Amino acid sequence: MELFFNPFDNLVCILLGISFTVWFTLLLVFIIVPAIFGVSFGIRRLYMKTLLKIFEWATLRIERGMYLDSAPEFEMSDIFYFARRGVESIMDDEVTKRFSAEELESWNLLTRSNNNFHYISLRLTVLWGLGLLIRYGFLLPLRVTLAFTGVGLLVVLTSVVGLLPNGRIKNFLSEKVHLMCYRICVRALTAIITYHDSENKPKNGGICVANHTSPIDVIILASDGCYAMVGQIHGGLIGVIQRSMVKACPHVWFERSEVKDRHLVAKRLSDHIEDKTKLPILIFPEGTCINNTSVMMFKKGSFEIGATVYPVAIKYDPRFGDAFWNSSKFGMVNYLLRMMSSWAIVCSVWYLPPMSREEGEDAVQFANRVKAAIARQGGLVDLLWDGGLKRGKVKDTFKEEQQKLYSKMLVGTQEDRSRS
Amino acid sequence: MGSSNSSVNNIPNAQELMQETGFSAAHILRLHERFEFLDKHKCGQLRPQDFGAVQELALNPIGDSIISAFFSPGQETVDFASFVRILAHFRPTDRNQSRDGAQQEPANSSIRKLKFAFQMYDQDRDGKISRAELLQVLRAMLGIQVTEEQLQSIAERAIQEADLDRDDAISFDEFRKSLEKVDIDHKMSIRFLR
Repeated sequence: MELFFNPFDNLVCILLGISFTVWFTLLLVFIIVPAIFGVSFGIRRLYMKTLLKIFEWATLRIERGMYLDSAPEFEMSDIFYFARRGVESIMDDEVTKRFSAEELESWNLLTRSNNNFHYISLRLTVLWGLGLLIRYGFLLPLRVTLAFTGVGLLVVLTSVVGLLPNGRIKNFLSEKVHLMCYRICVRALTAIITYHDSENKPKNGGICVANHTSPIDVIILASDGCYAMVGQIHGGLIGVIQRSMVKACPHVWFERSEVKDRHLVAKRLSDHIEDKTKLPILIFPEGTCINNTSVMMFKKGSFEIGATVYPVAIKYDPRFGDAFWNSSKFGMVNYLLRMMSSWAIVCSVWYLPPMSREEGEDAVQFANRVKAAIARQGGLVDLLWDGGLKRGKVKDTFKEEQQKLYSKMLVGTQEDRSRS
Repeated sequence: MGSSNSSVNNIPNAQELMQETGFSAAHILRLHERFEFLDKHKCGQLRPQDFGAVQELALNPIGDSIISAFFSPGQETVDFASFVRILAHFRPTDRNQSRDGAQQEPANSSIRKLKFAFQMYDQDRDGKISRAELLQVLRAMLGIQVTEEQLQSIAERAIQEADLDRDDAISFDEFRKSLEKVDIDHKMSIRFLR
């Protein structure tokens, strides 16, 4: 018995050893080294194009299938859908696509995004099953490995850099280390990001303001530039990361008790900005994650400080999966797992020209102006509502406004009626 | 986006178009950019082939019907004004639209949307959807998913349900009646165009 097992064992060991080596070499060459140097082989873009073709095919099949299902009850109105889609494609603005994407009729082979999924054809189900296998069996482990590598390197290297005396070398190294680790994290999510207008990138002494859809926003922005993060110190793994990051370069972390004190927060932020050697601060004024179709109210705090504001618009392509984190529904780990088992995260980042508060403009007006600029660029709807709606109750002033609008409507209809 | 220094004034008849269609200046500008993008030969007019270049349209089962909706019978080109007028059909209806009887039917009214949809079926524009035309559209939408017999029976049922005066064709009125319960504004509007 023993004789039988030994050669077999050896063989298995050798095979495992070889496959691990190959695996790590590929990982290193194709993913980690380019991340370090900031170059790209273009593999992700090729991947994205291939995915799109497959989605198109799947969508057509689903459309036909859905149609087939209702074929016995064919309605004359069924033509509306095709007519509308056709005209939309003629207009084919990036923006129309984004708007109509909410009613995502397309199927990106993730059942979680298509509630109407039912058995259409064997081919489609097989494709979906294959997709599941690839995503959970191959992509997820790969990505988790990369994520651990990225985070681990971040913690270790920033601590090492933190040992150096303050000066130019430290800043230089800190920048390189941060960029490298974030780039690895970007690859860990298979995020395909297109940056527009990089000449407007935020500079030292400024505040970078962006719309917030998910915690990934931070990684997306930080892999293209160095920012000082702002936030509350957490416990656990995130706390460890935060503490080691601040060793390498100054970030603005607050204790939980300090967060409530608005003056303290404002003071620390303005102190940071005045020091021109410190990196621009990254802030998400919405305060919470929004579902990437609209930009909700910007909290005015960051706009009171008086620094130059560099707005940034981030827009995710919904065809590849919904990046929105509904924190009241899913926890962070759950969310990250969902992200890592999607096909890819495709988004666009626009760096908008810097804005400053004008004479006679108060913080709220300035905030709204910046918000409008971001919404316009990203093709998002500019909404009045406070993002905190997701969790809390509507503030009374807004209720009043809506009541006014509604009563206008009612009175308007009354007038119509009396006229006709 | 930030580079568009061109204003609406560079576009001929922009104000009239805005008045007629209800589009805002921003939309007219955007549509003009799109028009120029589609106009590969830069001749200020679009031809059917220019529309054919839109990939998604080529995949659409009624793509050809949509394209021909832009061209009046006998015309081979369409200018910007007509382009915009057709697209205006897909503007969402303004809820508190108040107009007196003297004003023209707005481009995005339910009736105009219905007429557009009717045109998709009624290819020869004789005011009636014949059985043959219906079959053609059904074939395009269903492709090889259905057998010829199933196709015939579907068409038969549709005609029987809608054709009230038993002339074996569906007129516009019959079409409209059969869609009474459908929320036309929702289905035939492109929300971005609001």
